[in-house]
Amino acid sequence: MVVAAQHPNITLLTYAEVEEVSGYIGNFEVKIKQKARYVDMKKCTGCGLCETKCPTKVASEYDLGLGKRPCIYKPFPQAVPNKPIIDAVNCKKLVEGKCGVCAKVCPTGAVNFEDKDEYITEKVGAIVMATGFDLFDYSKTYGEYGYGELPDVISGLHFERLANASGPTGGKIKRPSDHKIPETVVFIKCVGSRDDVKGKTYCSKACCMYTAKHAMQVLEKIPNSQAYVFYMDVRTPGKMYDEFYNRALNQGAQYLRGRVSKIFQQGDKLIVRGEDTIIGQQIEVAADMVVLATAMIPTHGSDKIAQVVGFSTDKDGWFTEAHPKLRPVETNTGGVYLSGSCQGPKDVPDTVAQASAAAIKVVALLSKDQMATNPRISVVDEAKCHGCLVCKGVCPYKAIDGKVVSERAHGHTIERTVASVNTGLCQGCGACTVACRSGALNLKGFTDEQILAEVDAACL
Amino acid sequence: MKYAYFPGCSLHSMAAEYDHSVLEMCGRLGIEMNEIPDWNCCGASSAHSTNHLLSLAIPARNLSIAEEQGLDVVAPCAACYQRLVTVQHETRHDVKIKEKVNKVLGDRSYEAKNDVKSILDVLVDYGIDNLAAKVEKPLQGLKVASYYGCYLVKPPKICHVDDAENPMIMDKIMTALGAEAVQWPYKTECCGGSLLLSNPDIVLKLGRDILQVATDAGANCIVTPCPLCQPNLDTRQGQINSKYGTDYKMPIFYISQLVAIALGSHKNNMKLHKHLIDPTELLKVI
Repeated sequence: MVVAAQHPNITLLTYAEVEEVSGYIGNFEVKIKQKARYVDMKKCTGCGLCETKCPTKVASEYDLGLGKRPCIYKPFPQAVPNKPIIDAVNCKKLVEGKCGVCAKVCPTGAVNFEDKDEYITEKVGAIVMATGFDLFDYSKTYGEYGYGELPDVISGLHFERLANASGPTGGKIKRPSDHKIPETVVFIKCVGSRDDVKGKTYCSKACCMYTAKHAMQVLEKIPNSQAYVFYMDVRTPGKMYDEFYNRALNQGAQYLRGRVSKIFQQGDKLIVRGEDTIIGQQIEVAADMVVLATAMIPTHGSDKIAQVVGFSTDKDGWFTEAHPKLRPVETNTGGVYLSGSCQGPKDVPDTVAQASAAAIKVVALLSKDQMATNPRISVVDEAKCHGCLVCKGVCPYKAIDGKVVSERAHGHTIERTVASVNTGLCQGCGACTVACRSGALNLKGFTDEQILAEVDAACL
Repeated sequence: MKYAYFPGCSLHSMAAEYDHSVLEMCGRLGIEMNEIPDWNCCGASSAHSTNHLLSLAIPARNLSIAEEQGLDVVAPCAACYQRLVTVQHETRHDVKIKEKVNKVLGDRSYEAKNDVKSILDVLVDYGIDNLAAKVEKPLQGLKVASYYGCYLVKPPKICHVDDAENPMIMDKIMTALGAEAVQWPYKTECCGGSLLLSNPDIVLKLGRDILQVATDAGANCIVTPCPLCQPNLDTRQGQINSKYGTDYKMPIFYISQLVAIALGSHKNNMKLHKHLIDPTELLKVI
């Protein structure tokens, strides 16, 4: 990120949202909302004095509520740009008009409480989606795991923060309820993944590896600790992945094949009841902390951004690639590419590979003066077209628009609206040809006449 | 409110106090219960471990009689409830099953138009707020562990309870009656059911666990809507105590007994003498 921010040809717009996208491949126009930061990025040096003086502390989003942050804050230590913003919902100055400590201590006068949202319009040739993922909220469906009300049942992401040196506990693994160091930690994989009753049907792919890592972290960081991992299958295909899993086993992680049916509090222990399907017996573990490897799901709001940019999502909300095997980094909308887990669950190497591929696809697109497209696209017979523009609504690629044509009729020149297909955007899906009531739209190579001729040849 | 009443075998024998208290409770709430004429066995255990179609057709006959009367069916026994609600669910969702069931029924027909209700459903339909308004003798001092068992809550696709993992309906009813609803993790654990006859050691262990967790949670009694859970927990406490060296004397109530007492019925009218763990001492606190 730092390198990207310093590159002369890269403009980084952070704390901003894409509001509208119009145009088409090579000619997009993007309206961006730059949200009010209340800190002047040019004046601020990122010294951090304001953060230490802010009197209002709220739960830190980055630490998932395990720690606190001030109301003028950098979202996380490595944030780019490494300069703070003000949380307008909780800042006392912005809410009640009192305080303003940050403005008083700022040596460069960068704090500006009058800052407003701004709108920027940029012209771009291609768009790469990289919206990432969220974690499945097990607390709504997994009653057997306590509906999120047992404080020491946490998600893998919580554990990441607990084990992180810059996290709320300074890297010491302490359980949230009483900050004791847990000696027995149970990990449960596939919480929400591969569960068509309560969660998602797919495998979230990265959990087997990070759970192995977490188990090793417990064993390495906590003396006399025990790590139990409940799993359905261990799925570790990848270079050096199975070796990594075996390292966890050799270090003493107890892998138990079976699902956990119930977790409940008994004194200061969490009783984890499950089945070991290999020995065919019910087992109970009295744990100090339980870590759930919850499923990956598309980022909150990703369906909305897919609509704004104009491409489709699958049944689970992941962004749909143009072809699952042969075109995995492109969408069906020309000029829009996918990278990382917005397309589906992925780990870091896969994400880096796909992001690199998306970048080079963009380079290939922008380096050419002319573009070859699929010839099987829709074409309008203007003589038949009534200009109702039903086709415009059904087109998933925003490829159809109305245009005005003038023609002679009964000795006069009249003007009327007809549909017009943008040849760069049309992907030849054929939705418009079906919707067109007058039969004016046809797919090149698959016209009504051609299809009927095929039917005749096949049936007569 | 008017329902067709399906007592099943338990309520006419072992759990006569359940039957009696349900009718007493409904009488006080103005809920009319019409016992299904010429009802037959619900088929629990024996039928559904023998033949699937048989297990559907047997309870379907009862439901078809109630359907003729145009009434929803109340089955206080949790096992009966589950057999009845299962046939209703399957016939509603599978036309072929419905045809087969009707073929077995012969002259009768069953269209699955009427609903099957548990005793908890009846109270929810009546309205927990309305119930609270009718309380004459609040159950203050009772710390009740609500024990739902398995038949009322699982499978969640078929049963109507609010939540299969942490049901709260009975807890809310107990709160409405003025009792303290103790929160505990064993609400839906297995009581051992009919293993009492074939493998009593398992039942003693399961019963011990349930009684211990309820005690740890601070409960001074357990309430259940199931005539299998009640005797398993009530009648075996002596054996549990001698096997495990414990000293449980936890009264196990049917929900209708506590509701009826709260509504003003006298405790001597609740056939409490049928319980092996005498609850009269505890009931003095209210």
